[in-house]
Amino acid sequence: MSELDLARWQFGITTVYHFLFVPLTLGLSLLVAGMQTAWMVKKDPDYLRMTKFFGTLFLINFAVGVVTGIVQEFQFGMNWSAYSRFVGDIFGAPLAMEGLLAFFAESTFLGLWIFGWGRLSPRVHLATIWLAAIGSNLSAYFILAANSWMQHPVGYKINPVTHRAQLTSIWKVLTNSTVLAALPHVFFAGLVTAGVFIVAASGWHLARRSGKSVRDTELFRRAMRLGLVVTLVGGVATAVTGDVQARLMDSQQPMKMAAAEALYNTASPASFSLFTVGSLSGGNEVWSVRVPYLLSLIATLNPNGTVQGINNVERAYAKKYGPGDYKPYVPVTYWSFRLMTGFGTLAALFSLAGLWLTRRRRIPQSRWFYGAAIAAVATPYLANTMGWIFTEMGRQPWTVFGVLQTSQSVSPGVSAGTVLTSMIVFTLLYGVLGAVAGWLMIRSIKAGLPPGEPGTPAAGTGEPVPVFTY
Amino acid sequence: MALTTLWFILIAVLWIGYFVLEGFDFGVGILLPFLGRDDTDRRAMIGTIGPVWDGNEVWLLTAGGATFAAFPLWYASLFSGFYLALLLILVGLIVRGVSFEFRGKVATQRWKRGWDQAIFWGSAVPALLWGVAFANIVRGVPLNQAHVYTGNLLTLLNPYGLLGGLATLTLFALHGAIFLSLRTTGDLRERARKTAVRIAVATVPVAAGFLVASQVAHGRLATDLTAAAAAVALLAAVAAIARGKEGWAFAGTAITLVLAVTTLFGDLWPNVLPSTTAAAYSLTVHNASSSHYTLTVMTWVALIFTPVVLAYQAWTYWVFRHRVGGTPVTSPLEALSHGKPPAGPGPATQAPGGR
Repeated sequence: MSELDLARWQFGITTVYHFLFVPLTLGLSLLVAGMQTAWMVKKDPDYLRMTKFFGTLFLINFAVGVVTGIVQEFQFGMNWSAYSRFVGDIFGAPLAMEGLLAFFAESTFLGLWIFGWGRLSPRVHLATIWLAAIGSNLSAYFILAANSWMQHPVGYKINPVTHRAQLTSIWKVLTNSTVLAALPHVFFAGLVTAGVFIVAASGWHLARRSGKSVRDTELFRRAMRLGLVVTLVGGVATAVTGDVQARLMDSQQPMKMAAAEALYNTASPASFSLFTVGSLSGGNEVWSVRVPYLLSLIATLNPNGTVQGINNVERAYAKKYGPGDYKPYVPVTYWSFRLMTGFGTLAALFSLAGLWLTRRRRIPQSRWFYGAAIAAVATPYLANTMGWIFTEMGRQPWTVFGVLQTSQSVSPGVSAGTVLTSMIVFTLLYGVLGAVAGWLMIRSIKAGLPPGEPGTPAAGTGEPVPVFTY
Repeated sequence: MALTTLWFILIAVLWIGYFVLEGFDFGVGILLPFLGRDDTDRRAMIGTIGPVWDGNEVWLLTAGGATFAAFPLWYASLFSGFYLALLLILVGLIVRGVSFEFRGKVATQRWKRGWDQAIFWGSAVPALLWGVAFANIVRGVPLNQAHVYTGNLLTLLNPYGLLGGLATLTLFALHGAIFLSLRTTGDLRERARKTAVRIAVATVPVAAGFLVASQVAHGRLATDLTAAAAAVALLAAVAAIARGKEGWAFAGTAITLVLAVTTLFGDLWPNVLPSTTAAAYSLTVHNASSSHYTLTVMTWVALIFTPVVLAYQAWTYWVFRHRVGGTPVTSPLEALSHGKPPAGPGPATQAPGGR
């Protein structure tokens, strides 16, 4: 394998892995802040128990998200130095802003939240978890602005002397239509991930409610309802924002849209493929199951609209950019897109069923439901992963669409052996950490709710017993 | 002042902030197996940096991001060139980072000791390698005409590089020991103080030796002065901690780090990554920088948001200013039956006493 292939595999592995933990952080930080707010407002101690239960799980997840994130910032320089030199004038700015505006807030306020119970006044302490949650979601904005520039470069010019891309408008980069669509999509996907997670954890306990107090059962019922509502609302919003993104993609990266649909030749109207088997050469399809007019409708809001095909776009790009292969790997692009939407839809459908089964304070009796609730936790993780694989693989062969190709982006001085070393190290290390984190989370879920009245003043000291510690 | 100069200074400030803050995090981690005689001690030690280590680490991410934004060619050549060293640093930071969170989750000693090992190595390895990295940045490395690094990991492990690594390792250990004596109570506090004095026996000659070597090879008048001031600050810190003046001692090592890193950046100027192959191949503040427009945008962003960040980070240190006791309180009953009065409002809430 060449250093380019290895660098791509490593970037894919580390990014997918990082994004296993990020969406839960994005969504659960907000929901835990909400639970603590409910405690403050309603003064019901069960909300504090809920905060602590889900807060513990949140912190285990957060730790892995943070450490895998450091690698991401370093990796651009380590493995993609040619890319960094070329785009740094533009790309570096959102990353620096992410650190200064978002990471500092996220990390500092989370430290205050973990250790600040009883030290800070309740209102100030509540503010810390909200600020940490906002910091996390703000960091998503900046990194998406950077990625969106790769998908749809704006606000730049190529300097004829240095032959590097140069920023001409930071405002255009920060308000790129691509990021304005991507951010809510990722934000709501984070909520779906957190919602499904809460449903699964609550479901595990409700399945065992016969041994529980009425109070604890009611707590998990409420948590489950919260998770189901968040999943449904988030799921619908993710779909709607995804639809907006599809239309942008149609105009900004027509090849990606064509590959996502395995649409080999331009069609108007264009049918939507539910299932396509393509030829090995990648030039045509062999067999498909399709819905007429639907692709035109999705891409152009007009059932007879024209959607460009892979082969047509390829010819146009060859004219524009010179001879070359401008097709992404169609099977991965096609299937990742489908699996993303499929798993996302499953999550939303499950939540719909769950909301029906838990209507009017009902607690579902069926073991199947609880089994499904736990299994369903996989759906947003799969959808999130497929989403990133789709958008990154679909952009190939470009790192910056229409401007810089991936093959021109890799670090020239780093050997294949070196990259192989780091790839193996990261893969093994991440594998171990992921397994440990997962095990700790399951253990924490099984340990159940904290006892009755934590956070009350310890007799004699006038200070509450700490809620979280190291 | 040219924007390139301003950003060279700002990046130096970010690295200085990182080493002053994360420096004592590393120091505490390095001392964990030595000063932490039992789990109680170790939890107290970790408790001194628990609320702040993550916010301190962000200084690194911001320094890296700012380097990428302001000097993309420096970022590109440095991070790809120092690849394996950075890989080791990253592994250290990763295992250290999760250890703080995972350590307390299982009650067995075997589990905790395992993660304590991770904290130790995850602190010691970066503490050493950051010094190696910065020594080599000042010394220069083989860069070709395209500013691409043509050496390997061993290139960095030259005598001057290793001396730099030992300098940061011993400085951070001393800084951490002083920090612990400032932030703990009782027996742990006293042992930290004594350990600081012992570590100083290594730190002073190594750090002074490194500064002398730096100035002989790369120095200029202005940095000769800052280097001398750094040495004075270090000696003052050692004298202070020997007398039990913990606050002054901590200020002393903090100022030592500020002046030492200032010296290195001052020696580096106007290069950002000199080439030992040919001077013409060096990266400088001029040929490595972003456009005037980008530097202007980033200057506004930095001017507006840095004071905010400094304010709330400083506030965090104020909130957690109380000393951490070595005796944890896990329940109100235990606090009463222990017989020892807590040393002020701190220990009962700050001492790790979790679930």
